[in-house]
Amino acid sequence: MNEDKQNKENHEHITPYSTYVLVWLALIALTSITVTVSGIDFGMVALAIAMLIAAVKSSLVINIFMHIKFDEPIFKVFLMVSLFTLVIIFVLTFFDLVNR
Amino acid sequence: MNQSSHAPAVEQHAHRDDIGAKMGMWLFLFTELLLFGGMFLMYAYYRFQYPDQFKIAAMELSTSMGTLNTIILLTSSLTVAIAITALRKGNRFLALLNLFVTIVFALAFMVNKLFEWSAKISHGIYPGSEDILNKPNGEILFYGLYYVMTGLHGLHVIIGVVILSFMFVFIYKGSVNKDNFMKLENSGLYWHLVDLIWIFLFPLFYLIH
Repeated sequence: MNEDKQNKENHEHITPYSTYVLVWLALIALTSITVTVSGIDFGMVALAIAMLIAAVKSSLVINIFMHIKFDEPIFKVFLMVSLFTLVIIFVLTFFDLVNR
Repeated sequence: MNQSSHAPAVEQHAHRDDIGAKMGMWLFLFTELLLFGGMFLMYAYYRFQYPDQFKIAAMELSTSMGTLNTIILLTSSLTVAIAITALRKGNRFLALLNLFVTIVFALAFMVNKLFEWSAKISHGIYPGSEDILNKPNGEILFYGLYYVMTGLHGLHVIIGVVILSFMFVFIYKGSVNKDNFMKLENSGLYWHLVDLIWIFLFPLFYLIH
């Protein structure tokens, strides 16, 4: 019964305007950080930092803007499967590249 | 009498599967993810092989132009999200206004792209040009990837403008409304994907120093 109610709430979840504005502010802040940091020469670390910030930005977009956080769990499973597939393809390719 | 006039409405509602529609959209988005994923893989592979030449080639790209387009696209994602909340709360005017702003931002993004590309092309930097072919392999690959990846992304922006314009008309005519908003929500998902891809394209092409 409790789960039922929870489910119903998920279906009817309307994200308030304020949440969206806060996420947008965070995205803009992260963008300015990544631009500023790229000016400093960290070598390969710079790429890692840029990718980390991009990952944080995308998780904000996917969870809040794309509503995944409030959707049925099956959507999260789908997302994980496709991201995992992508990671496997990358890892195997680089394994080949490094060991050539 | 009352019963019979009520029945078709119920039946119509029963034929709509909002969760199914959304699931279909997400499955489509995953094919998009793998399409761009393959290109990012190619980028990663060649950047690993020619790190220095990628760095030199990337100097030609304008960081400020890239940053401006990033801000434009992030803001357009905000406005499309607000449009969905507004429609669900029954504020049709706010939904239309935000959808309109989203379309304007999308067009602004493409206008910036146009300036950027035409400046490159007038400097002789385009796939297959003499200037490009005289450069070392890594730089040829960088510009090839730049044109293909931002080009495909730009194509998605244009498709997004068409989809969002249809949504604008649907909301205006009332077929997409407070109780039937899944079309708008799925269009929003598509638009956020366009934003997501740019979030990765931006640091990989514009922020190499």
